[in-house]
Amino acid sequence: MGKTKTIDPAVVQKKLSVLEPQLERLQQQAEEETDLKKKLKLGRQADRMRDKIRQAKTGERFSRQAKRDLVAYSFIAPNFIGFAVFTLGPVIFAFVLAFLKWDGNNAMEFAGLNNFALMVGNKRFLAALRNTVIYCVATVPFTLAVALALAVLLNQKIKGRNFFRTVSFFPYVASLVAVAAVWNMLFSPAKSGPVNMILYNLGMAAKSLPKWSADKNWVMFTVVFFSVWKNMGYYMVIYLAGLQGINGELYEACGLDGANTWQRFWYITLPQLRPTTFFVTIILTINCFKVYDIVYMLAGGNTGVLNESAIVLVYHIYEEAFRNWNLGYASAVAMVLFLMVLAITLVQFRGEKKYSA
Amino acid sequence: MKIQNTKTKTLRVILYAVLIALALVMLVPFAWMLSASFKLDKDVFIFPIEWIPKNPRWQNYVDIWSKIPLMTFVLNTVKLTLIVTFLQLLTSSFAAYAFAKLDFKGKDLLFLAYIATIAVPWQVYMVPQFMMMRSMGLADTHLAIIFLQAFSAFGVFMMKQFYEGIPTELCEAARIDGMTEYQIWYKIMLPLSKPSLSTLTIFTFVNTWNDFLGPLIYLTTESKKTLQLGLRMFISQFGSEYGLIMAASVLSLIPVLIVFLSLQKYFVEGVAASGVKG
Repeated sequence: MGKTKTIDPAVVQKKLSVLEPQLERLQQQAEEETDLKKKLKLGRQADRMRDKIRQAKTGERFSRQAKRDLVAYSFIAPNFIGFAVFTLGPVIFAFVLAFLKWDGNNAMEFAGLNNFALMVGNKRFLAALRNTVIYCVATVPFTLAVALALAVLLNQKIKGRNFFRTVSFFPYVASLVAVAAVWNMLFSPAKSGPVNMILYNLGMAAKSLPKWSADKNWVMFTVVFFSVWKNMGYYMVIYLAGLQGINGELYEACGLDGANTWQRFWYITLPQLRPTTFFVTIILTINCFKVYDIVYMLAGGNTGVLNESAIVLVYHIYEEAFRNWNLGYASAVAMVLFLMVLAITLVQFRGEKKYSA
Repeated sequence: MKIQNTKTKTLRVILYAVLIALALVMLVPFAWMLSASFKLDKDVFIFPIEWIPKNPRWQNYVDIWSKIPLMTFVLNTVKLTLIVTFLQLLTSSFAAYAFAKLDFKGKDLLFLAYIATIAVPWQVYMVPQFMMMRSMGLADTHLAIIFLQAFSAFGVFMMKQFYEGIPTELCEAARIDGMTEYQIWYKIMLPLSKPSLSTLTIFTFVNTWNDFLGPLIYLTTESKKTLQLGLRMFISQFGSEYGLIMAASVLSLIPVLIVFLSLQKYFVEGVAASGVKG
């Protein structure tokens, strides 16, 4: 890399006559600039210019900065190439595909907004949209409350704290297929299902026993209940991290004022956790929009086909793309999903500014 | 003072009662799974629940291996999980080092590409991604699953957050000592990033091990399927062989349990570093 070519003084002089005034101008600008960020930026530009001048004088093929750039690129390349090909490319393709008609074999045709028009009249799409929203609205506050309560409890100095933390987190990492299989048995709609058996023994009439995921009025409830149980451990850990960031002096001051446990929670813990709650709400909502496998396994039965009482958006994308090969339409539905997630993300960006200010 | 004491004591008792109740709610399904895995199908639903079977049926754990090609599924999943986790850790910590500690042309633009896609759920682009992989001849291959999982923006993001917390002076001192950037990454950054590497390992390992939709879309040949797909297939084919289903479920949980328990002490720390600030 350090090869030098023969240096022609005239050429060097010519280069320097262009570069040196530029450097001077940058230095002057940097001195006059009052904004610290801009000043730093100008300083960096000046460094680069000095580097170029040095390069012109010595006649090296690569400047120091170029060498540094190459090293940096070599660090990024292994991940970035994979990422660009298998994520970035498809993401861009997805936006284009939403406006095309394609079955995967024949040539693509431009469809304009036709895919979106088809959605409005599609009963399954409307049911999927409705169910996804219902699922979110029910799951988010429920999970949030349980996760917060759990985190506050497990932040106390108690015996076996680590055990309790591990136990509440384990459902989150446990395989969904396995756990859903147990739930399907525990909540078996037949009278013999353990949960129904307990309800029966508590005095509930055999007729009024809920059919859980087999009943179109109960299926969403069962799914929500399951996902709160499965995922709350994760959000609890985020809350725990938030709780550990609260300044202990606040509690001490509050204790001197004679506040009781409840007041301490209400006037210190909760307000101090606002940014965490905000973050958890956003992540949770986005994850709820993406729900698919929980519903598929609890309500899909043996065939894995969801009816209109349980269908969700991602399932609709899946069935349209990989069963009916309406790839354009499926991508248009995916755009609806994306817009919902984007809206939430934008709220997050605004919120983050608010909390960091 | 005495009243205060009894009051705190009662609170303590309530606290423990609540916690134990919660632990039960979390654990009962697993206990039931374990218990049912040692039972005959006809005994699974006997009420009142018999938590410890009188005649544990170990045969379930033998039969399951011949009933479905479980060994193949396990080996496929182990292979995929190990490769994906290794690639993910290596490439993300590598890229994150450059983003956190090096200054180079186009840094902001490249990082923007990562951030922009973090807000796009995989479900949004899974269809075009599948068509692209198919056109590359990767449909129904393990390679597709590896490519799918190994280069996530999340990993780079998380590692970068962590590396930014390590003082830059450390790197500069090493540079003055004549270390190359690669040596700095290997000898200084990697040993320091155990908590975040552990967290990323848990996330990647668990995600790949438990992934369902990815393999469902890509893998059609039975001999290539993963444990989750195989388990699901078994459940829908032999829905009433409860004992066997539970035995297979218990087996599928063991590796995750081991990884989780051995790395969990870093976990709260790691989530704290990656989650709240991100």
